[in-house]
Amino acid sequence: MDTKKIKMPYGISEDAITEVEREVPLNEPDAWPVNEKLKHVGKRVKRLDAYAKVTGEARYTSDIQLSGMLIGKMLISAHPNAKIRSIDTSAAEKLPGVYAVHVIKNEEEEAYPVVRYAGQPIAAAAAVTEAVAEEAVRLIKVDYDTRPFVVDIEKAMDPEAPVVYEAPVEQKASEGGEEIESGLKLTGNVRGPNEGRPRGELTSGFAEADIVVENTYRTQVQTHNALESHGMIVDWKPDGVTIYASTQGTQGVRNEFADLFDLPRSKVRVLVEFMGGGFGAKHGLGTHGAAAGHLAKKTGRPVKMMATRKEEQISQGNRPNSIHHLKVGVKKSGELTAIEQKSYGTAGVGLGAGVGGVAQSMYTCPNFKTAQYDVFTHAGPGAAWRAPGAVQGIFGLEQMMDELAEKIGIDPLAFRDKVDPSRVRKAGRKVGAERMDWSRRKPTGSDPGIIKKGIGMAQSSWWRIHSINATAEVKIFKDGAIEVRSGVQDIGTGTKTILAQVVAEEFGLEPEDIMVRIGDTLFPDAPGSGGSQVTASITPAARNAAYQAKLKLFNMVASNLETDVSDLKAADGYIFSSKDETKKMTFKEALKSMPVSQITATESRTKEYDGDYLHWDLGAVQFVELSVDTETGFIKIDKVVAAHSCGRPINITQLESQINGGIIQGISYAIYEDRILDRNTGHMVNHTLDTYKVPYAMDIPEIDIALMEDYNAKSSTDAYGIGEPSNIATAAAIANAVYNAIGVRIKEIPITPAKVLEALNKA
Amino acid sequence: MNNFSWYDATTLKEAQNEADTTVSDMLNKDKKGSSIIKSGGIDVMDLMKEGLITPEKIVNIRNIPGLDKIEFDTKKGVRIGANVTLSDIEKNSVIRDNYQALQLSVSKAATPQLRNMSTIAGNLGQRTRCWYFRSVEHDCLRKGGSTCFAKNGENDYHAVMNNGSCASVHASSIATALLAFGAVLEIALENGEKKEVPIENFFVTPYENIKNENVLKSGEIITAIVLPAVNNKTKSYYIKQGARQSYDWALADVAVVVELSGKKCKNARIALGAASPVPIRANSAESILTNEGISESSAKAAAEAAMEKATPLEKNAYKVAIFKSILQRAILKTV
Ligand SMILES: Cc1cc2nc3c(=O)[nH]c(=O)nc-3n(C[C@H](O)[C@H](O)[C@H](O)COP(=O)(O)OP(=O)(O)OC[C@H]3O[C@@H](n4cnc5c(N)ncnc54)[C@H](O)[C@@H]3O)c2cc1C
Ligand code: SF4
Repeated sequence: MDTKKIKMPYGISEDAITEVEREVPLNEPDAWPVNEKLKHVGKRVKRLDAYAKVTGEARYTSDIQLSGMLIGKMLISAHPNAKIRSIDTSAAEKLPGVYAVHVIKNEEEEAYPVVRYAGQPIAAAAAVTEAVAEEAVRLIKVDYDTRPFVVDIEKAMDPEAPVVYEAPVEQKASEGGEEIESGLKLTGNVRGPNEGRPRGELTSGFAEADIVVENTYRTQVQTHNALESHGMIVDWKPDGVTIYASTQGTQGVRNEFADLFDLPRSKVRVLVEFMGGGFGAKHGLGTHGAAAGHLAKKTGRPVKMMATRKEEQISQGNRPNSIHHLKVGVKKSGELTAIEQKSYGTAGVGLGAGVGGVAQSMYTCPNFKTAQYDVFTHAGPGAAWRAPGAVQGIFGLEQMMDELAEKIGIDPLAFRDKVDPSRVRKAGRKVGAERMDWSRRKPTGSDPGIIKKGIGMAQSSWWRIHSINATAEVKIFKDGAIEVRSGVQDIGTGTKTILAQVVAEEFGLEPEDIMVRIGDTLFPDAPGSGGSQVTASITPAARNAAYQAKLKLFNMVASNLETDVSDLKAADGYIFSSKDETKKMTFKEALKSMPVSQITATESRTKEYDGDYLHWDLGAVQFVELSVDTETGFIKIDKVVAAHSCGRPINITQLESQINGGIIQGISYAIYEDRILDRNTGHMVNHTLDTYKVPYAMDIPEIDIALMEDYNAKSSTDAYGIGEPSNIATAAAIANAVYNAIGVRIKEIPITPAKVLEALNKA
Repeated sequence: MNNFSWYDATTLKEAQNEADTTVSDMLNKDKKGSSIIKSGGIDVMDLMKEGLITPEKIVNIRNIPGLDKIEFDTKKGVRIGANVTLSDIEKNSVIRDNYQALQLSVSKAATPQLRNMSTIAGNLGQRTRCWYFRSVEHDCLRKGGSTCFAKNGENDYHAVMNNGSCASVHASSIATALLAFGAVLEIALENGEKKEVPIENFFVTPYENIKNENVLKSGEIITAIVLPAVNNKTKSYYIKQGARQSYDWALADVAVVVELSGKKCKNARIALGAASPVPIRANSAESILTNEGISESSAKAAAEAAMEKATPLEKNAYKVAIFKSILQRAILKTV
């Protein structure tokens, strides 16, 4: 590949910004200067679809009605562990208005689905209305041979416990999910260990320590509660299948559907124009998409299958829980000498319940060992969930760091200054501490009175993930229209708007001038919205394509302006010669003068300019101030300060919106959410949004965001994601603040009034 | 949700003729009947969406004239028509000024949208939120089944008193305030007559009848709720503690109505919601306060006494501590 050398901004806004030279592909544009010098990038550009969303004009998958469309409903298992002797669908099929019934097959050699959790999808019916489909589902008769089951992780670890799988299990990781090691041993319900990458030697490490602290931290299962539930509409026509999907990845749905029904990928088109939220569990076809496919194939009619809230919570993917043991050695001087980690987690019938790599990678420590186990239970499967593994891992690690700091008698921030090599977090600690006014933090447990205030903090790390399977096409038309097209989806994060900003910046136009067409697999491939990789992947592709389209246009108009192509620039709606600014024409005029009807340029994301692949340094530092009512056990979060890095920020408003969301979900995880399975029946008892607690408006504190510009000179936009990083540190920061308030550590979430009171009673 | 037909009743008689059963009877599988009445329809809809009841006909009583007024009389007190919405009660200035605990309880119940739809009679007629009761998978005692799943199950939100037979708590947090004020329900009978039922007698405990939470029989319609007159010496307060600050059901709620002479309490009525299967009076707490000054120590003693007989289950002992705390605070708020 031909290359050129360019100078690029490098460094952190809160620290110092310098320049670095990079060798980059010749067909990519020169570096943008820092955001301050740009017109649209790094600004508070309003969402292009804001009005459509607030007026209700935006049509989500669940709003779409096609002519002749049938509604599908799911029959879910009434028992947590059963072999099905028979399923009789005849009464359902005879019900007027019912078009087809489909029985799910989840194991090749079995005629009926093997039931491994209560609420597992078993069969689906498609009918003219929702009410008829529901009635049809009620008429399906299932003869269950019920067996003993286990839903509690600790009981499931007992060698005598009923087993979920008889033989070792291998599963694919879900997109953006925790990596799943293959070939691990299965003993009873316990699979593992996954030993990551150990380093050093523990015995000597702990021997060097002045203080060794050992603790166990526990996190709960968190369900996936997007406002729009999982689901799809499958429209199967003789010449091809069109799928309207509430999905985080158009490509993934297309590929899985094509594989399942043995169709060429080109015959499957997946669309998602507006998406009602996804936090990791909405990748791939899913149970409802697959059932809609079978029913559409059988009936020849479009079939819509959206999960009910109950199904969403039980079977559509959750964040696994964790029992996380940490043993850490530290010298009085503040050096870490050894970290030993062991964890158990359950993703129900699924895998991927680790605690991530945070304990391994965040802090400088020569000796490290981990053993992470998955425990199978008769419960709905886990899936990727906003920073999988890291959220669970940080909850333990960051409380441990606080405790170590206290044991060696230094401030938690000063301790981290000693052991944390990250420059963004260093900058983040500084701004965050100023904004929270950390100096007013009282000694632990010293606040008098019944309602005690506390301040705490926690940090996190996430990868700079990007995909080179990210392509954008920019089209400019003689009539003045400008389009950017890509298969990438906007799951509510604002992808549409940032694409318009990037292209507008390159053309010297306004974001509103750019028509963004995405969420359609007819357009070039782009990755799913997982791993916080979309902005990092698709914005460079779009900028590169816009740059190439611009060069083509310059070539066509240079002679009209009597200048050299290389002198031409585009800014403020004009194309002009940088040598003689009187030689100019408006962008519109330039388009009109094209000798062709349109120009198209298609470009992709290339690899990181510095050759890096994954870099573990998207840092965050979050501070929490809260009040604990020591009589009722009730916690009120008063304020959160969050310092974050995400490379070059593209849209400040949208980034803040993501961080707000991440923090709110972190609060929710820390003090409200908990999936409760009945110990005696195996059913989830809190499957409504009324009983499954999430915070609402009055529970949301003031959130103050310090967004750092962090230039790394890695791509033509140098932008990275924020979705996951924003969610990781909050729960640990809350736990540390609770400790600061009441002087008792609560090592298990959610920190409910019951847990606060119990902790105070024991103290 | 099943398909159903709709009947708009314009008189009590019509409603009584058209509806052949109650929601509670329909919830018990051994009972017959297919048509029920609804006012705001909030609870009826919730039960239908869960698949717990499948009425063939719904008789709407919202359009019956005369049931939607709040009338005030210095001697007789305030009479709230059965169809008055929670929002209307919340905003009524006479209620706010004279029956503060009621106003507080209403303003803390559900959400603004729900309060716009819900009626006061429907609020008293709603069924428990025990999550086993509300789930089709659990055929519990209250629905005619053979077990209580809560007792040895997930009983985080259940009753901490009188929980030996069924450990559910009544869902109405407004009833807590109504009980403290000694409200009386006016009920139209099928034969055209009326009866007056003090709220204490309206709710039935599971020991009396496990399949119902109130005395209403098919054909009986609440027409009004009457709160006795108060004077300027009457002070009241209400506190509800949920799992969050935004709308939530009560983990614990308390209402206190006292008649004061200076700081001295001449007479006290204290009610606890979410403590027991039905809202209950805390008699021992009341007697501690009666003829005593209201102070930190008397409030604390009363709160302790109110919880003396608590028999918490495996997961809900924390509720006892919450009751003690909020009751003490509510008592102190009256002076
Ligand atoms: C999310 C949520 C949160 C809530 N939070 C609270 C809360 O914090 N506190 C609280 O108290 N409530 C709460 N509620 C309950 C809500 O207030 C009740 O559902 C509502 O008041 C019921 O009133 P309705 O008019 O809609 O009753 P409907 O649903 O119409 O009727 C309820 C029952 O009463 C019967 N009925 C109705 N009117 C009469 C009458 N005149 N005579 C005899 N029987 C009658 C009906 O047949 C039915 O059985 C909440 C509800 C929801 C959904
Ligand atoms: S507490 Fe009452 S309503 Fe709940 S399961 Fe037990 S019997 Fe049923």
